[in-house]
Amino acid sequence: MILAAAPLSELLSFGDKGYGDEMFWGALRSVQIAFFAYAFGLCLGLAGAMGKLSGGRVLKAILEGYTTLVRAVPELVLILLLYYAGTDGLNSLIVALGFQRIEINGLVAAIFVLGFVQGAYHTEVLRAAIQAVPIGQSEAAKAYGMSPFLRFRRITLSAMLPNAIPGLANLWLNVTKDSALISVVGFTELALATRQAAGVSKQYLVLYLVAQAVYLCISFASGQFFNWMERHVRRGQPKLA
Amino acid sequence: MHWSWLPEYFPIIAHGLYVTLFILVFSVVVGFILAVPIGLIQVTGSAPARWIAGAFCGYIRGTPLLTQLWLLYYGLGSTFPLIPGFREHFMWLVRLDAFYYALLAFTLSFAGYEAEIMRGAFLSVPRGELEAARAFGMSPWKVNSRIWFPRAVLQVLPTLTGEVIGQLKSTPLVFTIPVLDLMSAISQVRQDTYIIYEPLIFLAIIYMILTYFITRAFGYLEKLIPQRR
Repeated sequence: MILAAAPLSELLSFGDKGYGDEMFWGALRSVQIAFFAYAFGLCLGLAGAMGKLSGGRVLKAILEGYTTLVRAVPELVLILLLYYAGTDGLNSLIVALGFQRIEINGLVAAIFVLGFVQGAYHTEVLRAAIQAVPIGQSEAAKAYGMSPFLRFRRITLSAMLPNAIPGLANLWLNVTKDSALISVVGFTELALATRQAAGVSKQYLVLYLVAQAVYLCISFASGQFFNWMERHVRRGQPKLA
Repeated sequence: MHWSWLPEYFPIIAHGLYVTLFILVFSVVVGFILAVPIGLIQVTGSAPARWIAGAFCGYIRGTPLLTQLWLLYYGLGSTFPLIPGFREHFMWLVRLDAFYYALLAFTLSFAGYEAEIMRGAFLSVPRGELEAARAFGMSPWKVNSRIWFPRAVLQVLPTLTGEVIGQLKSTPLVFTIPVLDLMSAISQVRQDTYIIYEPLIFLAIIYMILTYFITRAFGYLEKLIPQRR
């Protein structure tokens, strides 16, 4: 059989002969990018949702522009634009301040770019989830004399999480898959590591299938985690149907 | 800002736009036609058929479209010529353009995402309506074509806007395999002229305009359908 020109165990072995180590490190980087980009996006999204719900008119307009723009342009185009513009802009700022140009770490740039894109989606998910919480709950907390922070932590956050978890789960699955787009700017994560390994070994079919199996495992495991998470935040709520 | 390149490269960009739109429309239409039976199988099929349809959706939704595209183009594309006798008999297939792989990958992807949505839509049609149709003596096919399909498809329509926009935003991925779409046209401009940002900004604006028109078109389509609110 043509597919078995090189045995899978040898092809995926660690060391000089196989590509197991390259793909392993690639997968690890993919997860790393996804995780930190997600965390960064979540922070941006939380700030963005707060701004959209209770900010001034100028802030609201800026945030509206951010979410509309980012969600209307393909992720790939945004990544190219922000990757080059971001690293360039930072460097010219550094030079203007009188320091030496620096080599910006590809991993950090990738995380910031993907996180910035994720932030727009997080903003919308969280805004909708917070808006779905009955205003009376927050007012009651205010009447009890809770400080804004305590009110957010005890009432708004715990009441909006059941609404937000499905959307947040979707965004996590998206970011794990979008991390493959970073390969376009030449950063070696799982997709690019696989492409390079396949290019050398000519075992395109097998190696791509292996890479997809890894992505599938990540998706499946995350799906299980978010299911558990949703059950957890919905505890005590009446069952639907 | 340099925009002097625009007139010179306009024909390439226009052709790229055409390719992008063709991939979008083809994959959405054919993908949707595939999605309906896949969704239905997941609801009514036998256990093995249900498992296969579910696995297909899980695979499509669980792996990046970029790697699906590469698997088809590089994986299958490099495997076909290795089959003995393939070169002699299927020369036309060996010369298959990357464009066809792109069409295949995007159609399957849209079918996978949409089938999952169709599954939910089929499930959410009230059982009483189906039972009433059967009580009227409708054949299973008539129940499907008069009650189940129309009701399910109408429910999916509002989500279709977002799905189509998502599909549009995936189309630039085809530039990673040699397909001359809008994105490849723009990267050609960037490589020829060494202008980094302006072509990308131009590209972003085109996608935003396309998104706007898709939103408007589907909004119009939704209004056409009589609905009691």
